[in-house]
Amino acid sequence: MAGTAGPEIERLIQLLAKLPGLGPRSARRAALHLMKKREALMEPLAAAMAEAAEKIRPCSTCGNLDVSDPCTVCRDPRRADGVLCVVETVGDLWALERAGAFAGKYHVLGGVLSALDGVGPDDLNLASLVERAGNGSVSEVILALNATVDGQTTAHVIADRLSHTGVSITSLARGVPVGGELDYLDDGTLAAAFRSRRPA
Amino acid sequence: MEWTDTGRIIAVRNYGETSAIVELLTPEHGRHPGLVRGGRSKAMRPILQPGNSVRAVWRARLDEHLGNYALEADSLDAGALMDDPLALSGLNAACAMAVLALPEREAHPAVYGAFEVLISSLNDIDIWPALYISWEAGLLADLGYGMDLKKCAATGQTHDLRYVSPRTGRAVCAEAGAEYADRLLALPGFMAGSGEVSPGDIAAGLKLTAHFIERRVLWPTDKVLPEARARMIERLESAGRL
Repeated sequence: MAGTAGPEIERLIQLLAKLPGLGPRSARRAALHLMKKREALMEPLAAAMAEAAEKIRPCSTCGNLDVSDPCTVCRDPRRADGVLCVVETVGDLWALERAGAFAGKYHVLGGVLSALDGVGPDDLNLASLVERAGNGSVSEVILALNATVDGQTTAHVIADRLSHTGVSITSLARGVPVGGELDYLDDGTLAAAFRSRRPA
Repeated sequence: MEWTDTGRIIAVRNYGETSAIVELLTPEHGRHPGLVRGGRSKAMRPILQPGNSVRAVWRARLDEHLGNYALEADSLDAGALMDDPLALSGLNAACAMAVLALPEREAHPAVYGAFEVLISSLNDIDIWPALYISWEAGLLADLGYGMDLKKCAATGQTHDLRYVSPRTGRAVCAEAGAEYADRLLALPGFMAGSGEVSPGDIAAGLKLTAHFIERRVLWPTDKVLPEARARMIERLESAGRL
Protein backbone atom coordinates (compact mmCIF):
# COMPACT_ATOMS: atom_id res chain seq x y z
CA MET A 1 0.00 0.00 0.00
CA ALA A 2 3.02 2.26 0.49
CA GLY A 3 3.10 5.06 -2.05
CA THR A 4 -0.51 4.70 -3.21
CA ALA A 5 -1.98 7.22 -0.75
CA GLY A 6 -0.81 10.47 0.75
CA PRO A 7 0.39 10.75 4.36
CA GLU A 8 -2.93 12.23 5.51
CA ILE A 9 -4.84 9.19 4.26
CA GLU A 10 -2.25 6.84 5.69
CA ARG A 11 -2.59 8.57 9.04
CA LEU A 12 -6.38 8.30 8.86
CA ILE A 13 -6.07 4.56 8.18
CA GLN A 14 -3.58 4.11 11.02
CA LEU A 15 -5.86 5.89 13.46
CA LEU A 16 -8.96 4.00 12.34
CA ALA A 17 -7.04 0.74 12.74
CA LYS A 18 -6.67 1.50 16.43
CA LEU A 19 -10.44 1.40 16.98
CA PRO A 20 -11.93 -1.73 18.57
CA GLY A 21 -13.03 -4.23 15.95
CA LEU A 22 -10.95 -2.71 13.18
CA GLY A 23 -7.69 -4.04 11.81
CA PRO A 24 -5.54 -2.54 9.03
CA ARG A 25 -7.65 -3.98 6.22
CA SER A 26 -11.01 -3.01 7.67
CA ALA A 27 -9.58 0.42 8.57
CA ARG A 28 -8.61 0.88 4.92
CA ARG A 29 -12.14 -0.04 3.85
CA ALA A 30 -13.60 2.37 6.40
CA ALA A 31 -11.28 5.14 5.20
CA LEU A 32 -12.26 4.51 1.59
CA HIS A 33 -15.93 4.58 2.54
CA LEU A 34 -15.46 7.85 4.41
CA MET A 35 -13.67 9.40 1.45
CA LYS A 36 -16.41 8.28 -0.93
CA LYS A 37 -19.11 9.75 1.33
CA ARG A 38 -17.18 12.88 2.15
CA GLU A 39 -20.08 15.29 2.53
CA ALA A 40 -22.66 12.85 3.84
CA LEU A 41 -20.44 11.07 6.35
CA MET A 42 -16.83 12.17 6.66
CA GLU A 43 -17.38 15.87 7.35
CA PRO A 44 -20.28 15.38 9.80
CA LEU A 45 -18.30 12.63 11.52
CA ALA A 46 -15.22 14.84 11.80
CA ALA A 47 -17.33 17.67 13.18
CA ALA A 48 -19.08 15.36 15.64
CA MET A 49 -15.78 13.95 16.83
CA ALA A 50 -14.23 17.39 17.22
CA GLU A 51 -17.23 18.60 19.18
CA ALA A 52 -17.27 15.48 21.35
CA ALA A 53 -13.53 15.72 22.01
CA GLU A 54 -13.98 19.31 23.09
CA LYS A 55 -17.05 18.85 25.27
CA ILE A 56 -16.94 15.35 26.76
CA ARG A 57 -15.61 15.16 30.28
CA PRO A 58 -15.95 12.79 33.22
CA CYS A 59 -18.73 13.62 35.64
CA SER A 60 -17.20 14.82 38.89
CA THR A 61 -19.98 13.13 40.84
CA CYS A 62 -20.22 9.64 39.35
CA GLY A 63 -17.39 9.28 36.81
CA ASN A 64 -19.74 8.87 33.83
CA LEU A 65 -18.73 10.49 30.53
CA ASP A 66 -20.97 13.27 29.30
CA VAL A 67 -20.89 16.77 27.87
CA SER A 68 -22.08 18.30 31.11
CA ASP A 69 -20.86 18.09 34.66
CA PRO A 70 -22.82 16.78 36.60
CA CYS A 71 -23.83 14.34 33.87
CA THR A 72 -27.33 13.83 32.49
CA VAL A 73 -27.92 10.82 34.74
CA CYS A 74 -26.87 12.66 37.90
CA ARG A 75 -29.05 15.67 37.01
CA ASP A 76 -32.15 13.61 36.17
CA PRO A 77 -34.76 14.48 38.87
CA ARG A 78 -36.77 11.34 38.07
CA ARG A 79 -33.97 9.11 39.30
CA ALA A 80 -33.87 7.95 42.90
CA ASP A 81 -31.10 9.64 44.84
CA GLY A 82 -31.11 7.01 47.55
CA VAL A 83 -29.86 4.09 45.45
CA LEU A 84 -26.36 3.97 43.97
CA CYS A 85 -25.32 1.37 41.44
CA VAL A 86 -21.56 0.78 41.30
CA VAL A 87 -20.23 -0.29 37.90
CA GLU A 88 -16.74 -0.94 36.58
CA THR A 89 -16.82 1.11 33.38
CA VAL A 90 -19.01 3.55 31.48
CA GLY A 91 -19.75 0.64 29.11
CA ASP A 92 -21.36 -1.23 31.99
CA LEU A 93 -23.44 1.87 32.84
CA TRP A 94 -24.64 2.02 29.25
CA ALA A 95 -25.49 -1.70 29.34
CA LEU A 96 -27.65 -1.21 32.45
CA GLU A 97 -29.30 1.81 30.88
CA ARG A 98 -30.10 -0.21 27.76
CA ALA A 99 -31.75 -2.83 29.96
CA GLY A 100 -33.81 -0.09 31.64
CA ALA A 101 -33.77 -2.09 34.86
CA PHE A 102 -32.41 0.58 37.16
CA ALA A 103 -33.73 4.04 37.94
CA GLY A 104 -31.24 5.27 40.52
CA LYS A 105 -27.86 6.94 40.28
CA TYR A 106 -24.56 5.37 39.23
CA HIS A 107 -20.96 5.38 40.35
CA VAL A 108 -18.28 4.39 37.84
CA LEU A 109 -15.17 2.87 39.44
CA GLY A 110 -12.96 3.12 36.37
CA GLY A 111 -11.65 -0.44 36.70
CA VAL A 112 -11.32 -3.30 39.14
CA LEU A 113 -8.57 -4.46 41.46
CA SER A 114 -6.00 -6.52 39.66
CA ALA A 115 -3.05 -8.19 41.34
CA LEU A 116 -1.52 -8.87 37.95
CA ASP A 117 -1.77 -5.33 36.61
CA GLY A 118 -0.94 -3.71 39.95
CA VAL A 119 -4.30 -1.97 40.27
CA GLY A 120 -4.98 -1.26 43.95
CA PRO A 121 -7.89 0.40 45.77
CA ASP A 122 -6.22 3.81 45.47
CA ASP A 123 -6.28 3.56 41.68
CA LEU A 124 -10.08 3.32 41.63
CA ASN A 125 -12.77 5.96 42.08
CA LEU A 126 -13.43 4.65 45.60
CA ALA A 127 -12.92 7.65 47.86
CA SER A 128 -15.77 9.58 46.23
CA LEU A 129 -18.00 6.51 46.47
CA VAL A 130 -17.42 6.30 50.23
CA GLU A 131 -18.14 10.02 50.45
CA ARG A 132 -21.36 9.73 48.43
CA ALA A 133 -22.56 6.68 50.36
CA GLY A 134 -21.89 8.40 53.66
CA ASN A 135 -23.63 11.70 52.93
CA GLY A 136 -26.89 10.55 54.50
CA SER A 137 -29.09 10.54 51.41
CA VAL A 138 -28.08 7.10 50.15
CA SER A 139 -29.87 4.05 51.57
CA GLU A 140 -28.58 1.30 49.26
CA VAL A 141 -25.46 0.65 47.23
CA ILE A 142 -25.78 -2.02 44.52
CA LEU A 143 -22.49 -3.59 43.48
CA ALA A 144 -23.02 -4.38 39.78
CA LEU A 145 -19.55 -5.71 39.09
CA ASN A 146 -18.51 -8.50 36.78
CA ALA A 147 -18.79 -12.05 38.12
CA THR A 148 -15.06 -12.55 37.73
CA VAL A 149 -12.40 -13.15 40.37
CA ASP A 150 -11.17 -9.55 40.02
CA GLY A 151 -14.71 -8.12 39.93
CA GLN A 152 -15.84 -9.95 43.05
CA THR A 153 -12.59 -9.18 44.89
CA THR A 154 -13.31 -5.52 44.19
CA ALA A 155 -16.90 -5.94 45.38
CA HIS A 156 -15.72 -7.37 48.72
CA VAL A 157 -13.24 -4.51 49.19
CA ILE A 158 -15.98 -1.95 48.47
CA ALA A 159 -18.33 -3.68 50.89
CA ASP A 160 -15.61 -3.41 53.55
CA ARG A 161 -15.03 0.27 52.83
CA LEU A 162 -18.74 1.03 53.04
CA SER A 163 -19.45 -1.06 56.11
CA HIS A 164 -19.15 1.92 58.46
CA THR A 165 -21.64 4.05 56.49
CA GLY A 166 -24.62 1.93 57.54
CA VAL A 167 -26.09 1.79 54.03
CA SER A 168 -27.52 -1.45 52.70
CA ILE A 169 -25.00 -3.12 50.35
CA THR A 170 -26.33 -5.54 47.75
CA SER A 171 -24.89 -7.22 44.70
CA LEU A 172 -26.36 -8.56 41.49
CA ALA A 173 -27.64 -12.14 41.53
CA ARG A 174 -25.74 -14.87 39.73
CA GLY A 175 -27.51 -17.79 38.12
CA VAL A 176 -29.05 -19.24 34.99
CA PRO A 177 -29.12 -16.64 32.19
CA VAL A 178 -32.10 -16.22 29.87
CA GLY A 179 -31.73 -18.90 27.21
CA GLY A 180 -29.11 -20.71 29.27
CA GLU A 181 -29.05 -24.49 29.31
CA LEU A 182 -28.02 -26.18 32.56
CA ASP A 183 -25.83 -28.67 30.72
CA TYR A 184 -23.62 -25.87 29.43
CA LEU A 185 -23.35 -23.81 32.62
CA ASP A 186 -20.14 -23.82 34.61
CA ASP A 187 -20.08 -25.34 38.10
CA GLY A 188 -19.78 -21.99 39.88
CA THR A 189 -22.84 -20.53 38.13
CA LEU A 190 -24.88 -23.64 38.83
CA ALA A 191 -23.89 -23.58 42.50
CA ALA A 192 -24.70 -19.85 42.72
CA ALA A 193 -28.06 -20.45 41.03
CA PHE A 194 -28.92 -23.12 43.56
CA ARG A 195 -27.95 -20.89 46.45
CA SER A 196 -30.11 -18.09 45.03
CA ARG A 197 -33.17 -20.24 44.33
CA ARG A 198 -36.56 -18.72 45.04
CA PRO A 199 -40.18 -19.92 45.38
CA ALA A 200 -41.61 -20.79 41.93
CA MET B 1 6.23 -28.95 20.09
CA GLU B 2 3.13 -30.24 21.81
CA TRP B 3 2.26 -31.43 25.27
CA THR B 4 -0.82 -32.20 27.31
CA ASP B 5 -1.09 -31.54 31.01
CA THR B 6 -3.55 -30.56 33.69
CA GLY B 7 -3.14 -27.17 35.30
CA ARG B 8 -4.60 -24.42 37.43
CA ILE B 9 -5.12 -21.00 35.92
CA ILE B 10 -3.07 -18.49 37.90
CA ALA B 11 -3.18 -15.43 35.63
CA VAL B 12 -5.17 -14.17 32.66
CA ARG B 13 -4.37 -11.12 30.58
CA ASN B 14 -6.49 -9.91 27.71
CA TYR B 15 -4.68 -9.97 24.40
CA GLY B 16 -6.19 -8.00 21.53
CA GLU B 17 -9.94 -8.03 21.29
CA THR B 18 -10.60 -11.74 21.24
CA SER B 19 -7.69 -13.59 22.79
CA ALA B 20 -6.09 -13.97 26.19
CA ILE B 21 -2.67 -14.90 27.49
CA VAL B 22 -3.16 -17.46 30.20
CA GLU B 23 -0.62 -18.68 32.73
CA LEU B 24 -1.12 -22.16 34.10
CA LEU B 25 0.53 -23.87 37.02
CA THR B 26 1.06 -27.43 35.84
CA PRO B 27 2.73 -30.42 37.50
CA GLU B 28 5.04 -31.31 34.61
CA HIS B 29 5.66 -27.95 32.94
CA GLY B 30 5.57 -25.56 35.88
CA ARG B 31 4.29 -22.03 35.43
CA HIS B 32 3.64 -21.93 31.72
CA PRO B 33 2.02 -19.17 29.64
CA GLY B 34 0.21 -19.59 26.36
CA LEU B 35 -2.20 -17.80 24.04
CA VAL B 36 -5.84 -18.82 24.10
CA ARG B 37 -7.46 -17.76 20.86
CA GLY B 38 -11.07 -16.76 21.49
CA GLY B 39 -10.22 -16.49 25.18
CA ARG B 40 -12.49 -13.47 25.58
CA SER B 41 -15.53 -15.21 24.14
CA LYS B 42 -18.65 -15.78 26.23
CA ALA B 43 -17.93 -19.50 26.28
CA MET B 44 -14.34 -19.16 27.48
CA ARG B 45 -14.60 -16.33 30.00
CA PRO B 46 -16.13 -18.46 32.78
CA ILE B 47 -13.34 -20.99 32.27
CA LEU B 48 -10.51 -18.46 32.19
CA GLN B 49 -10.75 -17.42 35.82
CA PRO B 50 -7.83 -17.77 38.24
CA GLY B 51 -8.26 -20.86 40.39
CA ASN B 52 -10.04 -22.97 37.78
CA SER B 53 -8.54 -26.31 36.84
CA VAL B 54 -8.21 -27.13 33.14
CA ARG B 55 -6.94 -29.79 30.83
CA ALA B 56 -4.45 -28.08 28.53
CA VAL B 57 -2.89 -28.90 25.19
CA TRP B 58 0.00 -26.56 24.37
CA ARG B 59 1.34 -26.27 20.84
CA ALA B 60 4.14 -24.17 19.39
CA ARG B 61 6.65 -24.47 16.58
CA LEU B 62 9.57 -23.98 18.94
CA ASP B 63 9.84 -24.72 22.64
CA GLU B 64 10.67 -21.10 23.50
CA HIS B 65 7.62 -19.69 21.71
CA LEU B 66 4.60 -18.41 23.64
CA GLY B 67 2.51 -21.08 21.94
CA ASN B 68 -1.21 -21.68 21.84
CA TYR B 69 -3.30 -23.34 24.47
CA ALA B 70 -6.39 -25.41 23.81
CA LEU B 71 -8.11 -25.54 27.18
CA GLU B 72 -10.92 -27.69 28.41
CA ALA B 73 -12.57 -27.09 31.76
CA ASP B 74 -11.79 -29.67 34.38
CA SER B 75 -12.93 -28.24 37.71
CA LEU B 76 -14.31 -24.70 37.81
CA ASP B 77 -13.66 -23.84 41.43
CA ALA B 78 -13.34 -20.05 41.15
CA GLY B 79 -17.09 -19.47 40.88
CA ALA B 80 -17.75 -21.30 44.13
CA LEU B 81 -15.28 -19.05 45.99
CA MET B 82 -16.57 -15.71 44.73
CA ASP B 83 -19.07 -15.17 47.54
CA ASP B 84 -16.47 -15.80 50.25
CA PRO B 85 -14.20 -12.76 50.67
CA LEU B 86 -11.68 -14.68 52.80
CA ALA B 87 -11.39 -17.57 50.36
CA LEU B 88 -11.15 -15.18 47.42
CA SER B 89 -8.36 -13.26 49.13
CA GLY B 90 -6.48 -16.53 49.69
CA LEU B 91 -6.95 -17.51 46.05
CA ASN B 92 -5.73 -14.12 44.84
CA ALA B 93 -2.70 -14.20 47.14
CA ALA B 94 -1.70 -17.73 46.11
CA CYS B 95 -2.08 -17.00 42.39
CA ALA B 96 -0.18 -13.71 42.63
CA MET B 97 2.60 -15.35 44.64
CA ALA B 98 2.90 -18.24 42.15
CA VAL B 99 3.17 -15.76 39.26
CA LEU B 100 5.80 -13.70 41.07
CA ALA B 101 7.96 -16.36 42.65
CA LEU B 102 7.98 -19.31 40.30
CA PRO B 103 10.27 -19.28 37.28
CA GLU B 104 8.59 -19.86 33.94
CA ARG B 105 8.59 -23.34 32.39
CA GLU B 106 10.35 -25.05 35.29
CA ALA B 107 8.54 -28.03 36.74
CA HIS B 108 7.81 -27.93 40.46
CA PRO B 109 5.42 -30.82 40.98
CA ALA B 110 5.51 -30.52 44.77
CA VAL B 111 4.52 -26.84 44.58
CA TYR B 112 1.72 -27.75 42.17
CA GLY B 113 0.54 -30.56 44.45
CA ALA B 114 0.44 -28.29 47.49
CA PHE B 115 -1.30 -25.58 45.42
CA GLU B 116 -4.01 -28.09 44.48
CA VAL B 117 -4.53 -28.99 48.14
CA LEU B 118 -4.67 -25.30 49.07
CA ILE B 119 -7.22 -24.39 46.39
CA SER B 120 -9.44 -27.34 47.23
CA SER B 121 -9.35 -26.33 50.91
CA LEU B 122 -10.19 -22.65 50.46
CA ASN B 123 -13.78 -23.23 51.53
CA ASP B 124 -12.57 -24.22 55.02
CA ILE B 125 -11.25 -21.18 56.86
CA ASP B 126 -10.07 -23.31 59.78
CA ILE B 127 -7.39 -25.00 57.73
CA TRP B 128 -6.49 -23.00 54.62
CA PRO B 129 -4.43 -20.19 56.23
CA ALA B 130 -2.04 -22.82 57.68
CA LEU B 131 -2.01 -24.62 54.32
CA TYR B 132 -1.18 -21.35 52.59
CA ILE B 133 1.82 -20.84 54.89
CA SER B 134 2.94 -24.43 54.33
CA TRP B 135 2.61 -23.89 50.58
CA GLU B 136 4.83 -20.80 50.74
CA ALA B 137 7.37 -22.70 52.86
CA GLY B 138 7.29 -25.52 50.33
CA LEU B 139 7.71 -23.02 47.52
CA LEU B 140 10.85 -21.72 49.20
CA ALA B 141 12.17 -25.24 49.68
CA ASP B 142 11.46 -26.23 46.09
CA LEU B 143 13.27 -23.14 44.82
CA GLY B 144 16.31 -24.12 46.87
CA TYR B 145 15.85 -21.68 49.74
CA GLY B 146 14.16 -23.94 52.24
CA MET B 147 14.24 -23.40 55.97
CA ASP B 148 15.74 -26.05 58.19
CA LEU B 149 13.07 -26.56 60.83
CA LYS B 150 13.94 -30.09 61.90
CA LYS B 151 16.43 -29.35 64.69
CA CYS B 152 17.88 -26.47 66.67
CA ALA B 153 20.87 -24.83 64.99
CA ALA B 154 22.49 -24.22 68.39
CA THR B 155 21.82 -27.37 70.40
CA GLY B 156 20.71 -29.90 67.82
CA GLN B 157 17.61 -30.78 69.80
CA THR B 158 14.48 -31.62 67.83
CA HIS B 159 11.81 -30.54 70.28
CA ASP B 160 10.64 -27.20 71.70
CA LEU B 161 11.66 -25.34 68.52
CA ARG B 162 10.34 -21.78 68.89
CA TYR B 163 12.35 -19.48 66.64
CA VAL B 164 13.97 -19.22 63.22
CA SER B 165 17.18 -17.36 62.51
CA PRO B 166 16.34 -14.56 60.03
CA ARG B 167 19.80 -14.95 58.51
CA THR B 168 20.18 -18.71 58.08
CA GLY B 169 16.58 -19.92 58.10
CA ARG B 170 17.44 -22.56 60.70
CA ALA B 171 15.28 -23.35 63.71
CA VAL B 172 16.33 -22.36 67.21
CA CYS B 173 14.94 -23.98 70.36
CA ALA B 174 13.29 -21.98 73.17
CA GLU B 175 16.23 -22.33 75.51
CA ALA B 176 18.94 -21.28 73.06
CA GLY B 177 16.86 -18.51 71.52
CA ALA B 178 15.53 -16.90 74.71
CA GLU B 179 18.37 -14.40 74.88
CA TYR B 180 17.93 -13.34 71.22
CA ALA B 181 14.15 -13.60 70.99
CA ASP B 182 13.72 -10.00 69.83
CA ARG B 183 16.03 -10.64 66.86
CA LEU B 184 14.66 -14.05 65.87
CA LEU B 185 11.51 -14.87 63.91
CA ALA B 186 8.79 -16.79 65.71
CA LEU B 187 8.28 -20.37 64.52
CA PRO B 188 4.63 -21.48 64.63
CA GLY B 189 4.06 -24.84 66.24
CA PHE B 190 2.37 -26.34 63.18
CA MET B 191 5.47 -25.58 61.10
CA ALA B 192 7.72 -27.16 63.70
CA GLY B 193 5.77 -30.38 63.51
CA SER B 194 3.47 -30.13 66.51
CA GLY B 195 0.46 -30.10 64.17
CA GLU B 196 -1.62 -27.67 66.20
CA VAL B 197 -2.46 -24.17 65.02
CA SER B 198 -2.42 -21.90 68.05
CA PRO B 199 -3.51 -18.24 68.29
CA GLY B 200 -0.86 -16.06 66.69
CA ASP B 201 0.57 -18.91 64.61
CA ILE B 202 -0.91 -17.71 61.32
CA ALA B 203 0.48 -14.19 61.76
CA ALA B 204 3.87 -15.61 62.76
CA GLY B 205 3.91 -18.04 59.83
CA LEU B 206 3.01 -15.37 57.30
CA LYS B 207 5.73 -13.12 58.69
CA LEU B 208 8.26 -15.95 58.58
CA THR B 209 7.64 -17.00 54.97
CA ALA B 210 7.37 -13.37 53.83
CA HIS B 211 10.81 -12.66 55.34
CA PHE B 212 12.53 -15.40 53.35
CA ILE B 213 10.49 -15.07 50.14
CA GLU B 214 11.29 -11.37 50.02
CA ARG B 215 15.01 -11.70 50.71
CA ARG B 216 15.77 -14.90 48.83
CA VAL B 217 13.33 -14.93 45.92
CA LEU B 218 11.82 -11.52 45.21
CA TRP B 219 14.35 -8.83 46.14
CA PRO B 220 17.18 -10.30 44.02
CA THR B 221 14.91 -9.88 40.99
CA ASP B 222 13.63 -6.42 42.00
CA LYS B 223 10.21 -7.67 42.98
CA VAL B 224 8.15 -7.12 46.10
CA LEU B 225 5.47 -9.17 47.80
CA PRO B 226 2.15 -8.96 45.93
CA GLU B 227 -0.48 -6.54 47.14
CA ALA B 228 -2.97 -9.42 47.06
CA ARG B 229 -1.03 -11.06 49.90
CA ALA B 230 -1.23 -7.90 51.99
CA ARG B 231 -4.98 -7.74 51.32
CA MET B 232 -5.33 -11.38 52.42
CA ILE B 233 -3.53 -10.60 55.69
CA GLU B 234 -5.75 -7.55 56.26
CA ARG B 235 -8.83 -9.66 55.68
CA LEU B 236 -7.64 -12.47 57.95
CA GLU B 237 -6.89 -9.91 60.63
CA SER B 238 -10.29 -8.25 60.38
CA ALA B 239 -11.91 -11.70 60.60
CA GLY B 240 -9.87 -12.47 63.73
CA ARG B 241 -8.02 -15.30 62.02
CA LEU B 242 -4.42 -14.20 62.56
